[in-house]
Amino acid sequence: MSKPLEGILVVDFSQYLSGPSASLKLADLGARVIKIEKPGLGDECRGLFFSNLVMNGESSMFHAVNRNKQSYKADLKNEAERQKVYNLVKQADVVMHNFRPGVAERLGIDYDTVKSLNSEIIYAELSGYGKEGVWKDKPGLDLLLQSISGLTQLNGNDGAGPVPIGLAVVDLLSGAHLAQGILACLYRKVSTGKGGRVEVSMLESALEYQFESVTCFHRDGGMPTVRPKSNSAHAYLGAPYGIYGTKNGAIALAMGSIPVLGDLLGCAELKNYPEVASWFNQRDEIKDILAKHLATKDTKDWLAVLEPADFWCAEVMNWKTLFDTEAFKILNMIQEVSMSDGYKFKTTRCPIQINDGWLTSEVGTPKLGEHTEEIAKEFSL
Amino acid sequence: MLPLEGITVLEFAQFMAGPSAGLKMADLGARVIKIERPGSGEAGRQIALKNIFIDESSMVFHTANRNKQSYAADLKNADDLERVKKLIAQADVMTHNFRPGVMDKIGLDYDTVKAINPRIIYGVVSGYSSVGPWAKKPGQDLLIQSLSGFVNLSGNADNEPTATGLATSDIFTGVDLVQGVLAALVQREKTGEGAKIEVSLLETTLGLQFEVLTTYLNDGNKAPQRAKKGNAHAYLDAPYGIYETKDGHISIGLTPLDVLVKAMGTELPAEFADKNTWYVKRDEIMAFLSEILVKETTQHWLSVFEPMDLRVSDVYTYKQLFEHEGFKTIDMMQEVETSDNITMKTTRCPIRIDGKKIFSRKSAPKPGEDNAIIEKEFNL
Repeated sequence: MSKPLEGILVVDFSQYLSGPSASLKLADLGARVIKIEKPGLGDECRGLFFSNLVMNGESSMFHAVNRNKQSYKADLKNEAERQKVYNLVKQADVVMHNFRPGVAERLGIDYDTVKSLNSEIIYAELSGYGKEGVWKDKPGLDLLLQSISGLTQLNGNDGAGPVPIGLAVVDLLSGAHLAQGILACLYRKVSTGKGGRVEVSMLESALEYQFESVTCFHRDGGMPTVRPKSNSAHAYLGAPYGIYGTKNGAIALAMGSIPVLGDLLGCAELKNYPEVASWFNQRDEIKDILAKHLATKDTKDWLAVLEPADFWCAEVMNWKTLFDTEAFKILNMIQEVSMSDGYKFKTTRCPIQINDGWLTSEVGTPKLGEHTEEIAKEFSL
Repeated sequence: MLPLEGITVLEFAQFMAGPSAGLKMADLGARVIKIERPGSGEAGRQIALKNIFIDESSMVFHTANRNKQSYAADLKNADDLERVKKLIAQADVMTHNFRPGVMDKIGLDYDTVKAINPRIIYGVVSGYSSVGPWAKKPGQDLLIQSLSGFVNLSGNADNEPTATGLATSDIFTGVDLVQGVLAALVQREKTGEGAKIEVSLLETTLGLQFEVLTTYLNDGNKAPQRAKKGNAHAYLDAPYGIYETKDGHISIGLTPLDVLVKAMGTELPAEFADKNTWYVKRDEIMAFLSEILVKETTQHWLSVFEPMDLRVSDVYTYKQLFEHEGFKTIDMMQEVETSDNITMKTTRCPIRIDGKKIFSRKSAPKPGEDNAIIEKEFNL
């Protein structure tokens, strides 16, 4: 299957997760991605281990984010090596980085320099907080951005204190926004020949991610965010929206009518809330009633009455139970990739499907500098 | 010139995932026309947060559908359908999130549309993909977070499964749709051919967990273990987490434990000297840190850690954030206005192009608000 970005060359100076997650998407869509890594440690994510798991010498996170890419090792502070990188940049479609403000200038890969080398380049940069103001030099780490952007106030129950999302959502969303900007500029480049500049910050991405609740805050006169007392899954939505324990597990209920739910579940007390407004205004007491009632039977007993009525509900699963379902198996969501030394590992595939085909790739993660010589030769650096 | 100027997108999609994709394309310069049923319009107009409405439509609808036009058409009416087909013939992209089979019944399935316009990019959003036993189940954000294991990552060890309190699956699915559509537009410039792009909430939400799933798949399938208190990531070492202080909280990101403890002016107990214990004994270490951190104010600790460039931060509410100079600098808010002159403050596009922020004053349209202009302009 031909992939849509075949023929596009991306030179990626980014490290850790935000930038590399963007170039992974571009790679899976068919672009050739060359990581430029410093000698010694390379991308520092190589040594950022999850739960002490070492996979062929490197972290699981690094493998997940950097498969399907090549690695070119260069010390940008060394004049001769930098010239070689410049020669590569001259032949690229996209240059990207996620350095803190000022670093790209010091390394000689700032926008003006790169544009002078290649006037049609798409130059994409990702920062923590933008390039101006009192926060510009702060470290741009996912948890810190979740903490200052108000995101930790939205999850968990009232009284639980700040609850962050246990996944680097801000890194991933800012990376996704960077990829969107790059792709939009690539479209303009192939249709008009014009290059472009794309800038994204984790702070701006974190705020747009919360566009519903941020807009709500401005609309309702700045009322504080109040989460439900129990079974919370959204601070601004009424009952039944939430996750509830059952006799043997848990069930999620999305939006729906409380009296209808009362009928379906055989819970007479829920019939006392006929007004739609009460589902939000009295959500804590409604959720209490629901929680007590749902705890009396198994998840499958509740699904058996709710699903035929098309009430929005789901069993809360873990990966093991999900992976055993037929619905998961037919998605072929897991692929195996191979490194050049023969090491193989399992990971997820790109979630986008094109013309009824999945965007899979068997190419594993590059060793630091694995493709330096090959690239130098191919691009006459 | 915005990068997608000249591109026309027809949005048959409803609720959040598809419309959030349309919004991003609109902000990047595309013209996005919602195709809606006459009268009531798309179902998402009635989904409200805190029961807040702007006009006949909810604030949430206006948030996700600003900067778009609306063309009302009854797809079950032959004349209306004919006009929509004429519009499709002149469009670059169309998106929908109907359950599998619905577009076939209407007669706007990919094969039919491709015959009308071979250059079109046809984007589909579903809950669980178009095949398999779950294909016709309702695909809704919280349900997908719950099915996909995502809810097992947040909150503390003893908490119930904890969802993100915002539509994370919808938002990321919309993002994947945009990426697929834009990549196909790039390819179309070379080949002249359109494409079908499909995304599902389930696949996106699994893709979103790629780092932790790669860990799970290669560590012998160990279930994720959330920290006992202050959990911020099931798979990361201490000190990663949020801690109470004397007057609030402090977040501590990736910071070597020994450096942190030294900065706190104390000694790392010998039992935690080996770096391998920082994950294995995470709960004990976090409890040890908590006892010290709670004795001083957040500002005290920030004034100790920040000059050392340790990765720490205060924890803000919206009020605290919006009053901060750091927030004001980024100019993130904009005012939008409906055709009845009702204004609303909302966020702008987070992507800057060619050194410029992207603003747009147009709020969401009423159903069919642009029928006359569109019929004339596209000669329907």
